[in-house]
Amino acid sequence: MKKLAKVYLGLVLMFLYVPIFVLIVFSFNTTKSRSVMSGFTFDWYIKLFKNEIIMSSLVNTIIIAVIASIGATILGTAAAIGINNMKKLPKAIVLNITNFPVINPEIVTGVSLMLLFVFFAARMNLEFGFVTLIIAHITFDVPYVILNIMPKFRQMDPFLYEAAQDLGCSPFRAFFKVVLPEIMPGVVSGFLMSFTYSLDDFIISYFTCGASTQTLPITIYSMTRRKVSPEINALSTLIFLVVVIVLILKNVVERHNENKRNVLVKGEVQ
Amino acid sequence: MKTKLVAAPYLLWMVIFILVPLIMVAYFAFTDKNGNFTLDYVSDVAQYTPIFIRSIWLALIATVICLVIAYPLAYILIGMKKSMQSTMLMIVMLPMWMNFLLRTYAWMTLLGNNGLINTLLGFIGLEPYKMLNTEGAVVLGMVYNYIPFMILPIYAVMVKIDKSVLEAAADLGCNSRKTMLRVVFPLSLPGVMSGITMVFVPAISTFIISRMLGGGGNLLIGDLIEMQFLGNAYNINLGAAISLVLMVIVLLMMTIMNQFNADDEVVLM
Repeated sequence: MKKLAKVYLGLVLMFLYVPIFVLIVFSFNTTKSRSVMSGFTFDWYIKLFKNEIIMSSLVNTIIIAVIASIGATILGTAAAIGINNMKKLPKAIVLNITNFPVINPEIVTGVSLMLLFVFFAARMNLEFGFVTLIIAHITFDVPYVILNIMPKFRQMDPFLYEAAQDLGCSPFRAFFKVVLPEIMPGVVSGFLMSFTYSLDDFIISYFTCGASTQTLPITIYSMTRRKVSPEINALSTLIFLVVVIVLILKNVVERHNENKRNVLVKGEVQ
Repeated sequence: MKTKLVAAPYLLWMVIFILVPLIMVAYFAFTDKNGNFTLDYVSDVAQYTPIFIRSIWLALIATVICLVIAYPLAYILIGMKKSMQSTMLMIVMLPMWMNFLLRTYAWMTLLGNNGLINTLLGFIGLEPYKMLNTEGAVVLGMVYNYIPFMILPIYAVMVKIDKSVLEAAADLGCNSRKTMLRVVFPLSLPGVMSGITMVFVPAISTFIISRMLGGGGNLLIGDLIEMQFLGNAYNINLGAAISLVLMVIVLLMMTIMNQFNADDEVVLM
């Protein structure tokens, strides 16, 4: 049974990784063939870095992801604090509407925002591009910030805030000293989630970007529509590398924090 | 506390950018080009019934395959040592962090007539087999892209199952098969349900996978919508009507799934 489990795990991992490794291997191929390796080269990587469309769309993607995730984090944190203090019914209504972009098919969110922007474009001289992209990204990011913070309020002792005020803190100061540190882990994970979703988003961006502004996923899409270009393989390889490095770093940091917490807990017990 | 007010900017945002756009979808679906009420576009959607059936069918097959692959995998994962478990989970989830266009592109290169698989088949003397631009390729692409959405919620629920419950079942005379069937499976159902929704919804509404792996001949609902908004067929009223129907299908499916799911905890990655 143990052996069977290992074989099964191996097969699933093969299914998940073979396509990616094939992409990586052929990113070093001297010809454009996707089935025969005819030699080793870094040419596609050099071409990739010289490709202005790809580089400028990469810059666009990062700018949009940074602005949208910061915007969404501020808007969402404030929203979560306010929603937490609402009465049961309004709270339920707001949280349900907040969930729409999460549960709706992405294409519907994209199309609905496009309709809105077309409406504004016709009346208020709004142009499709950076502004529409950032608005769209904030819109699909905010729910994740709110959904990450709300559980932190549930875990928090509601009397802590009052205790701080009894002990002489102004409500404002009590918030920054007591509430904010408690919900901070949720704020951070909400921000990181927003940032990665913004970097990665294709569908909603596709409907809201217009003709002039491209993000990296949109550029990748138009590259796959045209003829074969091993530059995509080179790009995939680099993205894969970045992902691996980030995930390893994340793991190392988490383990480190866990060890520190364990040491602290032990210290308290003694 | 008057802190309710800090939610005001978001509430405004929510109304303008979440509610109003959805109302606009409904508005465009029920009006014609001059803004007069009409049911034409909504009834026009009926002529695309074959495409709707194909989308539902392919998404269903992909969901079932994902479930069949993911369930044993999650079960194997929770049987591992804790430290091994988190590393393994990371390795399983890692491909999901690559952009899904690149992941789909990878299969384009593998399945093509001059692709790697057909070249390998050629070496053992087999004719190239048409794999790209088929329904099978579309299902494969859905499974490959969305399987993490099935693994994660099932694993998250399974890992919380109290080991002593399993021991109790064994003490009371269950063999491992029976424990699986009578204890683990019922307890893991909420994870299965959210996995099914999380795979089915993107699968039924995709337009990239069908376009890249299905060629032009395997249109799905997503392709139809995209064509009305950004393609040659440009007709946003019809596009809105199709979107509305898609939304209704998805909501219906979620309501059905929620019947089984008392635990409304959202599993997020």
